[in-house]
Amino acid sequence: MKINDVILRTVVKSVVFIVLTLGIYLFFAGHNAPGGGFIGGLVLASAVVLMYLAYDIETVQKTMPFDFKKVAAFGVLLATGTAIGSVLFDVPFLSHTDAYYTLPLLGKTHLTTVTIFEAGVALTVVGVVVTIILSISEEGEEQ
Amino acid sequence: MSNLLIAPMIIPIMTAVVLVFLRDNVRVQRIITLITMGGVTLISLFLLVEVQQNGIMRLDFSGWLPPFGILFVGDQLALLLVTVASIVTAACCIYAFSTIGEAHEKMFFYSFVLMLIAGVNGSFLTGDIFNLFVCFEVMLLASYVLVALGGGKRQLRESLKYVLINVVASWMFLVALAYLYGAIGTLNMAHISSRVMEAGQDPVLTTISLVFLIVFSLKAGLLLFFWLPGSYSVPPTSVAALFAALLTKVGMYALIRTFTLMFPLQQDITHTILAVMAVLTLIAGMAGAMGGRDIKTIATYNVIIGVGFIMLGVAIANEQAMMGVVYYLMHDMVAKALLFLCIGMMMYLTGETVVKNMSGLIRNYPLFGWLYFLGLCALVGIPPLSGFVGKVLIGQGAITGGHYVLLAIGFASSVVVLYSLLRIFLASFFGETIIVLEDEVPIRKGMMGSLLVLAACVIFLGLGANYMMPFVEAAAAVLVDPSIYIDAVLPQGND
Repeated sequence: MKINDVILRTVVKSVVFIVLTLGIYLFFAGHNAPGGGFIGGLVLASAVVLMYLAYDIETVQKTMPFDFKKVAAFGVLLATGTAIGSVLFDVPFLSHTDAYYTLPLLGKTHLTTVTIFEAGVALTVVGVVVTIILSISEEGEEQ
Repeated sequence: MSNLLIAPMIIPIMTAVVLVFLRDNVRVQRIITLITMGGVTLISLFLLVEVQQNGIMRLDFSGWLPPFGILFVGDQLALLLVTVASIVTAACCIYAFSTIGEAHEKMFFYSFVLMLIAGVNGSFLTGDIFNLFVCFEVMLLASYVLVALGGGKRQLRESLKYVLINVVASWMFLVALAYLYGAIGTLNMAHISSRVMEAGQDPVLTTISLVFLIVFSLKAGLLLFFWLPGSYSVPPTSVAALFAALLTKVGMYALIRTFTLMFPLQQDITHTILAVMAVLTLIAGMAGAMGGRDIKTIATYNVIIGVGFIMLGVAIANEQAMMGVVYYLMHDMVAKALLFLCIGMMMYLTGETVVKNMSGLIRNYPLFGWLYFLGLCALVGIPPLSGFVGKVLIGQGAITGGHYVLLAIGFASSVVVLYSLLRIFLASFFGETIIVLEDEVPIRKGMMGSLLVLAACVIFLGLGANYMMPFVEAAAAVLVDPSIYIDAVLPQGND
């Protein structure tokens, strides 16, 4: 029997965008306010999980053809990469740097290498959470 | 500042992640793993020599000075253990290449081994007790996967126990950390030490140190080892050897740091409890090793005897005993890995685990038989080999301190080790051979190679004691006199 989930799907279609926006907002807010890579990553992952709930796994995988294990691995690589990058400049491990730039549209912007590190954290969280949820749900289907 | 100090932790982590992308390419995975472990070994050797020449090294992450930032501290003890741990991991990996099977290798086996060694090295090197907790977790999470990977019913049951007991222990670790931070207001190990010395170790602090004692005893298998025989006997040989060689040592290292650096002042309370726990551990371990019928049980109870013996030295706590502890820790890593690989090899060759059902292996596999005998002699403490130096030093320490009961029990344990392992040797290696030439399972080169690497280490630690002694003396000096450590980490000496 097919469940009637028109309402769920319709709501999810719009809610996913709100969740994704919130996730990205939290990610960038994290530098000076509550938020950051871990929390932003969790929110982003929840958007993905929401899509898995509303649609089936195949449909979502068609639109997002990533192996989420590799997403997590790439995240760790990014984070450790920025950490080890400081070694090249002969400053202590994990040192980060920042500066102000004037960009078109955005104006005077604060850019820092911590953002790259945090992006790694966020990708790791997304990858791990989605992998966990997927492997739990897959086992449920086999039984 | 030397950024190289982070290498023993960060290089395995990054390699582990790279291996995730090479999931299907098993051969490349093996090569990269081996190169990584070799590289880490060389780097830690280099650091060891460097520290010996220029004094204790520290690395403040992103330049935050202690006591505010997280830091790694490389002293001789930490670097000796890192070096030996890396060598042992390399040997276990070589053994795994030819035995672990493709199913394991494609489920990120090498990634998790590298994560494990990253956690172990991080635990040895860190100078911040919260960071120690984090490194413990890195190590434990990897070990959860390794213990459960590929399991049948029994393996799943034992690994569930292992995970539960360690989660509870980690929770208690956090509670103890909260108490400590509430009482002292710092997490930097050197800073804790200097503050405890200023304030004197009052009953509250001693109680906190006892909570740490319980936590680390659970991890080290000191008296609270009820989980150990089960969970060390289920995983594949190379994993069991890694666990036996490394995991309990990290717990012991944490205990040593706790009671030599952070809480050394109330020795009549803490060290008496340590001594009692060590003696009980030894007695229980001896009973298990003598009573065991199958080789896995005997081997795991030998791990427990090793823990008890090292903690005897920690409880005695004078300089000679501490030298013995450092030496015996290194020896125990190498020799326990050798023992577990030999035991695993016996099971691989015969398909049996019960001692009585095997015999005459030495006729089919002479080199393997004598390598087992070498490991046996080292564990017992026969002179030219590695166990001897540590045992003598701990014995001398016990005599100097007047702890004759501890001395007697410690050396009684050597006799039991001899009995339990020699029984395997006589029953399974000597006697009528049961394997006819046609049925002989060939030993692969990699398996023998890993045994030979470990055997070479055992011999070097014994015969090369002269080369090792300066490092061991320096390591023990830090343990006896924590002010050396404090001065290196907090240059001003106060806050």
